[in-house]
Amino acid sequence: MNKSLYDYLILLGDSPLILGHRLSELCGHGPNLETDIALSNIALDLFGQVRNWFQYAAEIHGEGKTEDDIAFLRYEHEYRNVILTEQPNKDFAWVIARQFYFDAWHYSLLTQLCESRDERISAIAAKSIKEVTYHRRFSSEWVKRLGDGTEESRARMENAIAHFAMYKGELFEETNVEKEMFASGTGADFKVLKAQFESFTNEVLNEAGLEIPQIDWTQRGGKHGVHSEHLGYILADLQYMQRAYPGMQW
Amino acid sequence: MVEKSMPEAEQRVREILATVKDPEIPVLTVEDMGIIRDIELDGQKVKVKITPTYSGCPAMDEIAADIRKALLAEGYEPEVVSLLSPPWSSLWISAEGRRKMEVYGIAAPLEEVADKRALMGEKRVVKCTHCGSMNTRLVSQFGSTACKALFQCNDCLEPFDYFKCI
Ligand SMILES: [Zn+2]
Repeated sequence: MNKSLYDYLILLGDSPLILGHRLSELCGHGPNLETDIALSNIALDLFGQVRNWFQYAAEIHGEGKTEDDIAFLRYEHEYRNVILTEQPNKDFAWVIARQFYFDAWHYSLLTQLCESRDERISAIAAKSIKEVTYHRRFSSEWVKRLGDGTEESRARMENAIAHFAMYKGELFEETNVEKEMFASGTGADFKVLKAQFESFTNEVLNEAGLEIPQIDWTQRGGKHGVHSEHLGYILADLQYMQRAYPGMQW
Repeated sequence: MVEKSMPEAEQRVREILATVKDPEIPVLTVEDMGIIRDIELDGQKVKVKITPTYSGCPAMDEIAADIRKALLAEGYEPEVVSLLSPPWSSLWISAEGRRKMEVYGIAAPLEEVADKRALMGEKRVVKCTHCGSMNTRLVSQFGSTACKALFQCNDCLEPFDYFKCI
């Protein structure tokens, strides 16, 4: 088995998996029908993308491993999602700020992966970016609308943008696997990733009339399997069925 | 020679595929949607290559199962393979598919630039499927399924779906 490639695919799949789960918690609980449907659709797109990454990872792994084993039967320290994605839902501004940072990063990452030397990775990225273009448009439009809205919406949006800024840094911290993948032409250039992220988010925040958070430290650990307390609760929910009834089929 | 009879044999398979509908837009067949990329025939063995519309589209597994079922019923040994590349584009929806979609009440996708304007709410370019008015507004970029956005007509006030350009 190509261990590095397997680990890399897990890194690519885990963040959308965990964020997709967070968004799915809002299904039926969105602030209004339109945003409820939008967030559920985004969750669905993310799960679809995760299936593509994990199906590939399962093939690389061999020995009869399936996409479901990867999604449902790992322990907490084996998940490699960035900590941003496991943060709980609070109010709508909270959900939008988390999504805005994630989408800006996800979009730039996938743009680069479209050029990956690994044909399967470039195919999955090319498929995903069409969907993520809509996600990024949705979250940045809401940042502008709330930032440029009432005093209340503006205060909440600014607060949420400032809060989630402490999770940004981890998005640009390269693990050894990511360095190796970039060197071989399979992965992304993190310098480009960071520059594109900064320029896009700054532009939207400026347009929204929101302050750009200045922060020189970051929460980290998710990409190495060290998570906040929230992930355990997510996994308890996500894995319940497969743990209670091993091998259960729908 | 086998090859001489190929087009006819493939035609037969295509006729069967024309009976398989998209479960979410039941007036459209899988051929209308442009998700059939290739058909390989070897005697009774038939391999159908399909492209998913959206990664998370729950209809895709069902469509693959329906294709398998339809071919099995006609005595074939079917295999359905999913291709990711090149990614599906709304440009692949056939002219007939677009027509049926509009009659069904879903505005067909515009070309990319116009689509972007429509979905940013910048320009009124999506025609109401009920009364034909161009005086319509975007309600939500995300609609009842992954592939649609929700619009409302300012004249007849009815809501309707718009199939997004992807
Ligand atoms: Zn009308």
